[in-house]
Order: sequence, then C-alpha cells, then structure tokens
Amino acid sequence: MSTLEIKDLYASVETKEGRKQILKGANLVVNSNETHAIMGPNGSGKSTLAYTLAGHPKYIVDSGQALLDGKDLLTMTPDERARTGLFLAMQYPVEVPGVSMTNFLRTSKTEVDGKAPALRQWSKELNSAMKRLRMDAKFASRSVNEGFSGGEKKRAEVLQLELLKPKFAVLDETDSGLDVDALRIVSEGVNRAKENTGLGLLLITHYTRILKYIKPDVVHVFAGGKFVKTGGPELADELEATGYDQYLPEGANSESALA
Amino acid sequence: MVDQLTPDAASDMEMSQYVTDRTRVNEDKIKRDDEIIEQFGEYGYGWHDSDAAGEAAKKGIDEDVVRAISADKGEPQWMLDFRLKGYRAFLDQPMPDWGVDLSEFHAEDFKYYVKPLNKQAATWEDLPDDIRTTYDRLGIPEAEKKRLVSGVAAQYESEVIYNSIRSDLKEQGVIFVDTDTAVREYPELVKKYFATVIPADDNKFAALNTAAWSGGSFVYVPKGVHVDIPLQAYFRINTPNMGQFERTLIIADEGSYVHYVEGCTAPIYATDSLHAANVEIVVEKHARVRYTTVQNWSTNVYNLVTQRAYVREGGTMEWIDGNIGSKATMKYPSCILAEPYAKAETMSLGFAGEGQYQDTGAKMIHLAPHTSSTIVSKSISRMGGRAAYRGLVKVIKGAKGSSSSVVCDALLVDEYSRSDTYPHVDVREDDVSMAHEATVSKVSEDQLFYLMSRGLEEKEAMGMIVRGFVEPISRELPMEYALELNRLVELQMEGSVG
Repeated sequence: MSTLEIKDLYASVETKEGRKQILKGANLVVNSNETHAIMGPNGSGKSTLAYTLAGHPKYIVDSGQALLDGKDLLTMTPDERARTGLFLAMQYPVEVPGVSMTNFLRTSKTEVDGKAPALRQWSKELNSAMKRLRMDAKFASRSVNEGFSGGEKKRAEVLQLELLKPKFAVLDETDSGLDVDALRIVSEGVNRAKENTGLGLLLITHYTRILKYIKPDVVHVFAGGKFVKTGGPELADELEATGYDQYLPEGANSESALA
Repeated sequence: MVDQLTPDAASDMEMSQYVTDRTRVNEDKIKRDDEIIEQFGEYGYGWHDSDAAGEAAKKGIDEDVVRAISADKGEPQWMLDFRLKGYRAFLDQPMPDWGVDLSEFHAEDFKYYVKPLNKQAATWEDLPDDIRTTYDRLGIPEAEKKRLVSGVAAQYESEVIYNSIRSDLKEQGVIFVDTDTAVREYPELVKKYFATVIPADDNKFAALNTAAWSGGSFVYVPKGVHVDIPLQAYFRINTPNMGQFERTLIIADEGSYVHYVEGCTAPIYATDSLHAANVEIVVEKHARVRYTTVQNWSTNVYNLVTQRAYVREGGTMEWIDGNIGSKATMKYPSCILAEPYAKAETMSLGFAGEGQYQDTGAKMIHLAPHTSSTIVSKSISRMGGRAAYRGLVKVIKGAKGSSSSVVCDALLVDEYSRSDTYPHVDVREDDVSMAHEATVSKVSEDQLFYLMSRGLEEKEAMGMIVRGFVEPISRELPMEYALELNRLVELQMEGSVG
C-alpha cells in the first residue's frame, strides 16, 4: 500500500510576459487502488499539476511537496521519479524518430526496474498487452510516436502504463481525441493495469464520458490552481449538468480563464 | 531503395543488441568502454606503434619524390607518366576557397611515402609485434577468423601490409589485392579502367593522389559472381605528419555484386596528417556495388577524398558514408549514371564535434533516361563543430523519366554549433521528378523529458535520441559497424549533457 501526498504545492511557468504562477496551493492524498478524477475548466492548471509532478523543466516549483511514500518527488530528476513509481500518460506524447517502440519499451522497463526483463517473458507480456489494446504487431517496430494517429498515441501511453507497472499514474486527458471504441479499449487497459498492480490513479479530464468506463472513487474540481471541491462520483454528474462556471473567478469564462 | 528505409527485424536486432549492451545486463562491457574513454579521452584509437620507417621518411613532394615512389614500386612507364601528369595538375590548381578551412594546410608538411615493411605479410603472425597488436586491438584478425568478412586488406602508412581473400571466391575469379600488386599482376585490367572515372587532373587533391598514390584495393568481381559477405579494408596511419594516398579501383562486371567496407583510424598528434584517397568504381550492366566507409580519423587528420562511380545500364551503386572523425573532411561520393535505368544512392552521416568541420555530401550526374538517385544526408553538430551538406544533382537534356530525391537532416545538440546546406541542382530536362527536403532540428526539451519520464537518465535519453537520428544510416552498416558507429556517437556525445 502506497500513498502519494501533494502538500501545499505552488508552481510557476516562464511565459513571454514573465514568470506566472499557475499552481496555488494544491493539496491531495491518493492511496493505492484509488481512482481520483480531477476535473476542471481549461486553463485551471490541471496539466501544470501533471507536468510539475513528473518534473518537466518548464515548470518551476515555488514551494510545497509531493511525497510518494514519504519521498519528495519534487527534489528528483524525472527519471528518478519514474523509478520511484510515478507515471505520466501525456496528452501530447512526443515523437522520437529512429527509436523503435520495442527498444524504447525495453530500455524503459530496464531502467524503471533496475534490471533487464527476462527476454522470453517480456516478449510474451508485450505481445499480449498489445493484442489486448488492439495494436497491430507491426506497431512494435515503428518509431516512438512517429506518425501515430491521436488514438495510437493514447494506446501507446496506456501500453507503457501496463508494462512499466508504476505505483501511481497521472493520466492527462487521455480521453481527448478518442472515438467511442478507442475510448473503451484505452479505458479497459487502464482498468487492467489497476487490477493487476493496485496502482493509484489521477485521472485528469474535462468530460465525464471516460468516467463511464473508469469508475472514480473520488471526484475533484480543480480551478484557479488548486482543488476547490471534492466529492463522490455524483459530483461528476453534477458538473456535467451545471458546468464549471460557479468555480470560476467573476467575469471569466471557462475558455479563457487563466489560459 | 524505399523499402530499405522502413524499419525491419534485422536492424531492430542490431539496435536491441546495442540496448542490451548499454543496459545493465552487461556491466563488464560498459566498464571496459569506460576504461577506454578514460584512457584516451574521447578518441579510442589514439595509440601509436614504434616508428622507424616513419622517422626515416622525408617530408614534402616534388618531381623527384614522385619518380622515386614509382621507381621503388618498379612501375611501368605509363604509370610514371600518369603520376607526373597528376603532379603537374596538383601544382597548377589553386587551393579550394570553399568548404573547410585549408589556410593551415601546407603540402610540404607531409610525408608522402612511408614503407613500414619490405614485403607484405602472408599471415598476421608475420607482422612485427606492435603492428600486429594494433590490428588485434582493432579487431581485424578476429573478424577474419569469424568469417564476418570475405577478405581483408590492411593498409599501414603507404603500404598494404596484409591482404587475404576467401579461397572459394578466388577460385571463382574474384580478385582482391592491393593496387600496387594489381599493376604488376593484372596490367591489362588496371590499364583498361585506371583513372577512367577520376581523371588525373580532376581536382587538386585527386591530382595529388595521382602523383603520390600507394596502396589501396583493387577489386574485380567476374560476371554474375555475388560476393555475399563484405570485403573489409582497414586504413591506419601511425607516424606523425603522414600523408596517406590510397588508390582503390573496384570493377563489378555484369550482374555481379560486392560490398566493400573501409574503416580508418590514426593516433592523436599535435601536428596534422593528411588522408587523400581516390576511389574509383565501375559498375557494369546490372551489377551492384555497395561501398561503406566508417571514417574515424583522429582530429588532427585532413580527410580530403575523391570517390566516384561510373554506373552502366541497370546497375546500382550505393555509397554509405559515415564521417565521425578527422579535423576537416571534404568528401562528396559521386555517381555518374551513364546508361538507362542506372540507380544510385548515397547515405552520409557527418558528426562534427569540437574543432571539427565535416563538409560532406554527394553528387549525382544523370546522363541517361530512366536513371534514379537518392541522397540521404544526416549531420550532427556539437561543441561548436560545423557540418555542411554540399550536393549536386545534375540531369542533362534527354535524360527523360529520371528521378532524384534529396533529404538532408541536421541535428544541433547545442546553441553554438553550426550546420549549413548547399544543395546545387542543375536540371536540363523537363520530364524528370525531383524532390528535395531539408530540416534542421535541435534535441528538444520535450523529447528529453519524455524519455526521462520513462526512467532513462538524461545522458541515456540524449544518446537514444541521437542514435535514433542516425538510425537510417547505421541500419545500413554491417552489424559490427553499426554497433561501432553507435559507440562512437555515444563517445562523441560524452559531456554534451549537463
């Protein structure tokens, strides 16, 4: 049983107009086997929270902590965070031309585990994970994310989630750009990973439709750089009906707020 | 050609092997690599042997030196005349005022003829101890023993000191000897083809090679014979201020196939050496030749090389040109597509580290209908290194239905390195298909972050991105060379992060 604890997190990003603080005192506790949906309007800082946790150099931590079983992720390099058990499924995974998925996955698995996986078992695991995500076998020899469709990219992210077996995963709008079938396949992958490993999930999304497939234990509203409301699954339905307007500063609308 | 660019299982195996090497499975190997890195800094081949022959050799070139080289080799008059013609052309032609910086280049600084042995060795054991140790360290006898190669030529200074070919190929009529031996033993063949592709006065350095040439390979593959495993040549400079001028001539007769692979290394010295080779290739009808270079000279070597192929009907020429080392390289492997349906491809990689200037590229001359050419050029610059693609695609009037595609990708690893592209296109025919694409990219923060977020350390992530960038070239190399290239790239990348 592991715990991820975000404590009073403030973080900024450099923009053309200078440094701008996006996270303003975020607090959250997630345990193994829990699924937390994080919902909120555009520009509320949800992605910033995800990237700050994973350690993207663009985001500067001003203060606060993110403790994974007591170890502060924020003092670590991104690779150390991955080895500690954090995984970020990105909204826009980057292309790495000339590096095959096979190599990338095996190198990554080796680094995260600290030892190379046994070859035979690894191939079996890789092939069956790909099959379950309805990925063609040829996929493994393609370059990392190069020329992937939006849906393929998301499947590739979930494939990594299944293979790397992190303790906690942040899914940053993994549902965006997916058609109904792809959404179901990707969701099933996430659910399998959770069932098999008991990982804790932070599910960042605008929409409730993914929550039909991945049932959240807790739903949060994130606005203005912090968690502003927490409830059970019913909160998602409420948001579906009323929108985010009530959580926005006066005069702002959900498209431009804090963008 | 196109399907060779898509990933396949074989290359994946090579890269997988490499990944296995680099990951923690094989600690010994990494430790050994690290020791080598520590021992030689960034260059792993910088040792030198004892050097009586080099010390005795004089510097500079004049007509007497040219005559002395020819006399020492006991050459026929026609070859001496040819050398003298080359020497005059060298004097007549100005230094190039384009490309790499040659302001410090002085022809009188180099030794033109260094003969380490009186006689070619019949076995590796016949070589002097330290020379043999050098080749052992380079892994050449090992490759021969494991039959990773069909034949081996080892040139040391001016001479090929060891040359062998598999007996079954010899029985099929394949000739693989040093070019000096060829002049003596196969005079008709040599006379028929020598300098038909690169004339004596082709350019200043080709002319200098013509005057001072020594060693190199002569390859003849008879009609229809396929040499299934590569012929391997290894060029080593040992003495300071060496000028190495090998002259290679490859003739692939109708319907034959051969792959010739050359590697080059030299010790690190404070003064400069010169490598000015001429490589001529004749691809007869429907024959195919692949010529692969993994050039890793130390960073005190000028590498000024002329390589050209003459391709007849339905023939295929492929240059795979990896330039990792040297102080300054000017090299533009060329193909003359002389008859219909001739095909050519050049894939070149330039790696310009600190103080290096790689001016490389390709030339494709379309002289007949339905000829096609492909150029893929990749360069990486770091630590202020400079890489340039310089290319020419020429299609004459009447070369109908011809096509050419040029792709240049440059990768900059830091803010102060440089990459240039000089693509020249001269098309005099309307019925052609031409494509040109050029990109310059930087290793992005997002790429690094993505790989690091999957557990890779920064250095490893950088290495993976760079290896991925060169993959279209490294996958074309024989496996040992692909691994070697990756290791070299990795060594070159040392210290680029952080």
